[in-house]
Amino acid sequence: MAKFDIPILETYLQTPALKSDAMVSDGPFKANTEMQNSLGFPGEKVDNWQQVAIEKMGETISKYRSIPVFLDACVKCGACTDKCHYFLGTGDPKNMPVARQDLFRSVYRRHFTFAGKYFPKLVGAKELDDAMLDDWYNYFHQCSECRRCAVYCPYGIDTAEITMAAREVMNAIGVGQKYCNQILGKVKKIGNNLGMPEPALRDTLLDLEEEIEEDTGVAVKLPLDREGVEILLITPSADFFAEPHIDGLIGYAKVFHQSGETWTLSSYASEGANFGMFIGNYDIMREGALRIRKAALDLGVRRIIVGECGHAWRVAYSFWNTLTGIGGGADDEYALQLQKQLDQNYPQPQHIIEYTYDAIQEGRLAFDKSKNDHRTVTFHDSCNVARGSNMGGIENGQFILPREVIKAACNHFVDMSEGTIKTATFCCGGGGGLLADDLLELRVKGALPRMQALKQSEEKSGVNTLAALCAICKSQFSKVLPYYDFDPFMVVSVHQLISEALLLGENQPREESYSDTSSAE
Amino acid sequence: MSLISILFTVFFYLAVSLCLVGVTLKVIQYASTPAPLKIPIAPAPLTRFGVILRMTREVFLFSSLFRASRWTWLFGWLFHWALVLLFIRHLPYFWPGETPELLNQVAPLKYAAFPLIFGLIGLLGRRLCVERVRYISAPSDYLLLLLLIAIALTGALMTFAYYYPDMGKVYGFAEGLVTLNWTELPTEGVFLAHIFMVFVLIAIFPISKMLHAPGVFFSPTLNQTDDARKKRHIAPWAINKEKSGKGG
Repeated sequence: MAKFDIPILETYLQTPALKSDAMVSDGPFKANTEMQNSLGFPGEKVDNWQQVAIEKMGETISKYRSIPVFLDACVKCGACTDKCHYFLGTGDPKNMPVARQDLFRSVYRRHFTFAGKYFPKLVGAKELDDAMLDDWYNYFHQCSECRRCAVYCPYGIDTAEITMAAREVMNAIGVGQKYCNQILGKVKKIGNNLGMPEPALRDTLLDLEEEIEEDTGVAVKLPLDREGVEILLITPSADFFAEPHIDGLIGYAKVFHQSGETWTLSSYASEGANFGMFIGNYDIMREGALRIRKAALDLGVRRIIVGECGHAWRVAYSFWNTLTGIGGGADDEYALQLQKQLDQNYPQPQHIIEYTYDAIQEGRLAFDKSKNDHRTVTFHDSCNVARGSNMGGIENGQFILPREVIKAACNHFVDMSEGTIKTATFCCGGGGGLLADDLLELRVKGALPRMQALKQSEEKSGVNTLAALCAICKSQFSKVLPYYDFDPFMVVSVHQLISEALLLGENQPREESYSDTSSAE
Repeated sequence: MSLISILFTVFFYLAVSLCLVGVTLKVIQYASTPAPLKIPIAPAPLTRFGVILRMTREVFLFSSLFRASRWTWLFGWLFHWALVLLFIRHLPYFWPGETPELLNQVAPLKYAAFPLIFGLIGLLGRRLCVERVRYISAPSDYLLLLLLIAIALTGALMTFAYYYPDMGKVYGFAEGLVTLNWTELPTEGVFLAHIFMVFVLIAIFPISKMLHAPGVFFSPTLNQTDDARKKRHIAPWAINKEKSGKGG
């Protein structure tokens, strides 16, 4: 099945012995000149790349406090060394979070610290030479920016920040990754990661409407570019075509339909994902978010809701207000222009899970839970949702709300074991811009801790369904589950579970009456 | 004054100056560098009060380390608290004039030397024996531990093993450093070694990983409130991007 050894699942997760260079390689495919140029990066590695890289490092250090603090503060205590799923799955020492950071830190020390300038050997300071750059490219593309290490670090050192900074430096010298940069080029040009133009999107949505009506006999709509509606839904474009994502999209549509909400998708901002975060580039991340701001202003919506996508939710929840003023509590003109339009009775933006949760709490949705009785469901906390966001505005809401939503639609729910869920959740193995075919070995091995926890739940509780609320998680699991002898179709969208059990047509839909206030908190 | 007294006196001021200037520069750097994005790490507090609680738990209890590795926590936590107690234990030496009543009660704190040494040996043992930690250790990581162990051992020798220096001179020298009434320092070898190493430790503070002490307070993952939807958070350099009129 594969050209590499597939890890064997033990009863318990083992911390592997170090296997030096186990994952050494040329790294993922590099972006070509055209892809690089489309993002404003040099087309190929610049001649004076070392000088440019060091200057870029200096710029990063001066713009992001996290970088100098994290680089200075590490005491090499080792707390993080056994926390990364890529280390646990591969045993490669450079996949230990601190060792990954040290690839960057050693160059930082050499060029930006007294000790590293004058006593490099003593403090492990190193030059950014060809070998180091190779290690950077390889190992900073073996980090999914999941932030599990940061939960355990006594100083909150977040390897994701270092990985982003390193990718930013590499892009600045013309060494970019194909997968991320190609996708970002498509968003910039067309508006979504797929490069799916407006007519194709419209056709897809019409097909879906037909499909739902055939299945249920109810005319559930998936509106596109409708002005003056209440809600703009921003969802990862994978929801438009990939399995099992699309069943989640159907779920959102049914929820909106059943709670009588007016809503729309946007063809201009048809992407929730924002790979600008993965490459650590503020401007590109902001450009992606600005499309959503523009769509919201043009369509005149009063609420913005984000579909099931992990890093999209982190960007939306944590960064949109900063990047574009989508949120609340601004006092500057730029942000207020939008914030005055948005209904501040609701947090802006909201997650679709928050919307569905509120609708359930308010009794606007009814379920036949027995429709999901063939399932014993467990829930995979996606890393960006779990460690980089919140839901519901309550402590740990990002863990509570999805579980409550699932339980509203399913009779059989069990959690995987402690230490593998919630703040301690393991990455699916494909996040952070690593969901590329050329990284398959890494993805399979990186999934090991999650697969191990899943197997335990399967044996103990008969779990046969893995619910996720992240497009990358869903794609990654569909791909890697078979390597561990699981059914690839066991992974479902949370809103697929909702979709299957939701009773349609018994509530009175309130199409076109978006000024209804009964749904306010 | 003897040459050695002059050398140690000068070295003291040099070390303290390096430390103060270096740490101040670092703190200014940290404080003046914006954290442009909200990046609190879970479990993230939703209020400012929650952040204070979190920082208190981290700084006083090492709560994240506790979750991560019980042994490292045990050794590290004992070492740090013992260090604090022993610092207090040393205050009377430097106190100018009559020491306050409270400071006369600190003598029993000398027993903190034992958890201090236990913790340091534990940390060193872990660094040597756990393959993963050995891999990430640079020479400076071992040297710093050895320096601390040597300081602890020389201190313990003077306290518990009859290598007493001339205590009158110790008080005079230490108090003199504070009041600028410089006097001869005791010349027992163990004492000289002890304070020499302490001065080295102070001097290298701002150029070493000891920067984790001020650093932890500036860590955006720990010190940020998770309220990005409620309040707009933006760095000065990012505001200029909006003013340049792109988007919206």
